Amino acid sequence: MVDVRDPSDTLPPPPGDPVKSGRRTVDLQVRILDENDRRAADNRAFFRERGIRALNFVSSPGSGKTTLLQRTLGALASEIGTAVLVGDLETANDAQRLRRPGVPVAQITTGGTCHLDAAMIARGLAALPLDGVRLLFIENVGNLVCPASFDLGENRRITLVSCTEGEDKPLKYPPMFSSAHAVILTKIDVAAAMEFDLDLARNNIRRAAPQAEVFELSARTGEGFDAWLSYLRALR
Amino acid sequence: MHELGIAEAALRQVAAQAKEAGATHVHRIVLRIGALSGVDPDALRFAMEIALPESSAAGAEFAIEIVPARARCQKCSNEFTPADGYLFECPHCHALGGTILQGKELDLASLEIS
Repeated sequence: MVDVRDPSDTLPPPPGDPVKSGRRTVDLQVRILDENDRRAADNRAFFRERGIRALNFVSSPGSGKTTLLQRTLGALASEIGTAVLVGDLETANDAQRLRRPGVPVAQITTGGTCHLDAAMIARGLAALPLDGVRLLFIENVGNLVCPASFDLGENRRITLVSCTEGEDKPLKYPPMFSSAHAVILTKIDVAAAMEFDLDLARNNIRRAAPQAEVFELSARTGEGFDAWLSYLRALR
Repeated sequence: MHELGIAEAALRQVAAQAKEAGATHVHRIVLRIGALSGVDPDALRFAMEIALPESSAAGAEFAIEIVPARARCQKCSNEFTPADGYLFECPHCHALGGTILQGKELDLASLEIS
């Protein structure tokens, strides 16, 4: 006797029934950080209304952001209204280093977060007297990766890389360079002693940040500082 | 390492978008991450594995789509994929630079819900 029944009649339904009733797919294409983007847009509008230009300084720890700002404030504070927001994981040491008469400084301690975000900037702005301020310097947390993803509402992003780091830094951390308006090669006074290959570094910066203006300077000796100060004066 | 914060922001977006769509369950989450976004896909995957079970979308699958960088040469208008993903040198005329066309995405691309 031949069994002519379809064998599948007696088999249980296959596991993982592909027909998922009631399920639907919705296409969204929304920004994951849209909350930060909205707050950044608010900050940008705030800066525009008040005639403030905000600069976001990003780099590895130890590239010389605070020293650059110290010398910059020393040169410009008497002619342009300036204010500073300093971000660090902990301590107010950098804010103390930057404090000088007539320059309001507020420290943002992120409590372990590796970058500043737009909401922190808004809180920092609330703590600063901004009358007469034309340039706001924001010193981001020392980190060449994470701050790249977070728009603060700044008008210019300035990425620093020092001659005590590798010439290939721009190639290793591309988002921070491809999003920069300007790149500053710092500590050029020690380039020779460090056997730092300036031409190679310049070439790498050009390839990773072709859109950026490039400055080479030493905040210790002042070499190269005039071009940087001209850039800032022209922003005002 | 800011990917945990990115994962948490993504899951807040998931909860908000699912609620807006009237969903009771989230079955699948698709994120779209550009090569120039500053987010490391492996670290984000790891962060999602930690954060997802604690979120309102617990139990959902997730996928991460990578968007390679693309640029248009400002000199000869040739469109190109930057060498190594981010070196903006036109392979046609060798000019440095270019307008970034894609690669900065950091998006919640889609959700499967019921």
